[in-house]
Amino acid sequence: MSTDGPDGSAPVRHGRQPEPLIPDGPARASANVCQAAGCLSMGSDQLFETLRAAVLARGLHDVAVRRVGCLGLCAAGPLVEVPEQGRLFERVHPGEPKRTEDLVSSLAGETVAGRSVAADPFFSHQVKVVLERCGTVDPERLEDYVATGGYEGLSKALTSMTPEEVIAEVVRSGLRGRGGAGYPTGLMWRTVAKAEAPEGKYVVCNADEGDPGAFMDRSVLESCPQQVLEGMAIAGYAVGAHRGYVYVRAEYPLAVKRLSSAIRQAERDGHLGPEIAGTRFNFQVEVRIGAGAFVCGEETALIASIQGGRGTPKPRPPYPASSGLWGCPTLINNVETFANIPSVISRGGDWLNTIGTERSKGTKVFALTGAVTNTGLIEVPMGLTLRQIVFEIGGGLAEGRKFKAVQTGGPSGGCIPESLLDMAVDYETLAAAGSIMGSGGMIVMDDRTCMVDVAKFFMDFCREESCGKCLPCRVGTEEMYRLLDRVTTGMATRSHLAQLEDLAAMVRATSLCGLGQGAPNPVFSTLRYFRGEYLAHIDDHVCQAGVCPVPAGPPAGATEAALAGTATVSSGGRP
Amino acid sequence: MATSTFVGRSAPSDDKRWRQVDVRMRRLGYRPDGLIEVLHTTQEVFGYLDDDALSYVGESLGVPPSKVYGVATFYSHFTLKPQGLHTCVVCTGTACYINGASALLAAISKELGVQPGATTPDGRVSVLKARCLGACSMAPAVVIDGEVHGHAVPARLVDVLEKL
Repeated sequence: MSTDGPDGSAPVRHGRQPEPLIPDGPARASANVCQAAGCLSMGSDQLFETLRAAVLARGLHDVAVRRVGCLGLCAAGPLVEVPEQGRLFERVHPGEPKRTEDLVSSLAGETVAGRSVAADPFFSHQVKVVLERCGTVDPERLEDYVATGGYEGLSKALTSMTPEEVIAEVVRSGLRGRGGAGYPTGLMWRTVAKAEAPEGKYVVCNADEGDPGAFMDRSVLESCPQQVLEGMAIAGYAVGAHRGYVYVRAEYPLAVKRLSSAIRQAERDGHLGPEIAGTRFNFQVEVRIGAGAFVCGEETALIASIQGGRGTPKPRPPYPASSGLWGCPTLINNVETFANIPSVISRGGDWLNTIGTERSKGTKVFALTGAVTNTGLIEVPMGLTLRQIVFEIGGGLAEGRKFKAVQTGGPSGGCIPESLLDMAVDYETLAAAGSIMGSGGMIVMDDRTCMVDVAKFFMDFCREESCGKCLPCRVGTEEMYRLLDRVTTGMATRSHLAQLEDLAAMVRATSLCGLGQGAPNPVFSTLRYFRGEYLAHIDDHVCQAGVCPVPAGPPAGATEAALAGTATVSSGGRP
Repeated sequence: MATSTFVGRSAPSDDKRWRQVDVRMRRLGYRPDGLIEVLHTTQEVFGYLDDDALSYVGESLGVPPSKVYGVATFYSHFTLKPQGLHTCVVCTGTACYINGASALLAAISKELGVQPGATTPDGRVSVLKARCLGACSMAPAVVIDGEVHGHAVPARLVDVLEKL
């Protein structure tokens, strides 16, 4: 039996599911069947049942069949990993019995098949901190999480560290906010810890992952929700809060279900709730479900939404760290930031500090999608180059197409051209290139993508998602969209382009929140690296990618004056 | 806030589904800040939010009608109109967009005569757009009645929709 969200998001199964097969002694081989959203929609729940039945039927008593979280290589789902053999089985569709048979005979030790994980660049370049347990633990079994060292960080913090020592450890790790802005996490914790709070404090986990093309937070919540809860509880102890909220998008029903189940199990076993780990610390977590507003990822809008109102942002200061939920000091961090915390405490801040670059420490999870061969979920150390990510981990472009750009940071980010592919990925280099780290969406584009149309796509997104509170964003995004539409339909002149640039600068400088301030970024970055494409649309009525409906002949709205002097501009190269 | 004044107002009709809404409100202690949670439950139960539902929830939680209506119309997840028998959600996230989501929408608009957000005149199919379903590895993705279809092709999609 299944139901789907009203928005048609992926179905969530209810009711009793068959138990995993776990041998009494050590398993000779285990089939870890991916149960994250991508593989589930390709039938991996049915695959689990088929495999379980096949292993039982063959009497393989020392073989385990388990459900696990995201295995990463979403392009090749449904996925099954056999960790003892270091093999990954791809495209094990339940409708193709041959694939399942190959897998079962491999589990029985009769044949060796599947993709070797150790030698594969998709896996060998990755360093897993946040995704450490994704694909190895059952997201709905607390015992799996505890067996792999889960909740050790929390009990270490509670029993042997003061709140100030916990904060000092986070500061030492160099961890920065993974939601996009990159503010040092330890400093934010210290601010909240120092704030006066006669009526208590709150910890909020921002899981309103709204960027199109990003599914990192979803995968973490669907694959290992306990790790996020542990991070929140440690944060609660450090800043002196006893209540936490996780604000999740309504589009992620499976994440909501697994998170709610994780909270119940953690409360049952005393990892959340009153007197955690036998101490006097208590911490409760509630889930709040969003209702489809991108702006609610902005922290003041998120607070308004948790309080049951329209999600419109407020001017800052006051920052939520001093006046947030119901006017109380509130610590807001992203899912991935909290997922880093248990390791920072159990292994020490110095450990995380050894990974990454000078100013960006640790790892970053990316959702690698678009025109790339290996689409999926990856975690890389900060400082890896974009070329390594796209061409080694991603396996290059699909269908042998030509690389054009990689887009990071969603609607507030930018497009990075081929000439900058050797740039090391960290907060500062991406900002210098006119993009942002963002939450981690990374979309690869080939020569069939028109960059003006990409800018228009993101502007369409922003004008629809603008909450309407401040004028620059409400009107500015609409007007920028119209100007971009003129370019793509061959109705623009060079003066329209100048108008677009002026307007973009004004919207960036004067909008109230990050949505408006970031909305012009796709325009700026495409103009910076692909101005030639804009000019080709305007002057020559050519869309090189063949996407835009530019009519041949001079534009209807163009004047002779505007068209003058365009003959010398080449349509292909940069100005 | 006079939260308790309106508690006990009887449901708009004797439809048993109101009990689920009542249970949700009771669990949230009739707190005004539970408004979004209660609207979620109401829409799950009835499929959409009509005027009766909005005023009942508002009065029960002590939230003025202007604010209830403001919240219900601010969030795109809430719908004030009944949906068709079937739903078809076309994902328009970035990965789907560069892999041809707009061609899918164009085909639906041409063959079924319906724009995103609307329902066919016979009330059979509602067409919706989604921001991103996270099924980026199967772009372009379409969800028909809760089932995800990856690598969608315009002609085949129209065919599937016409045969629903």
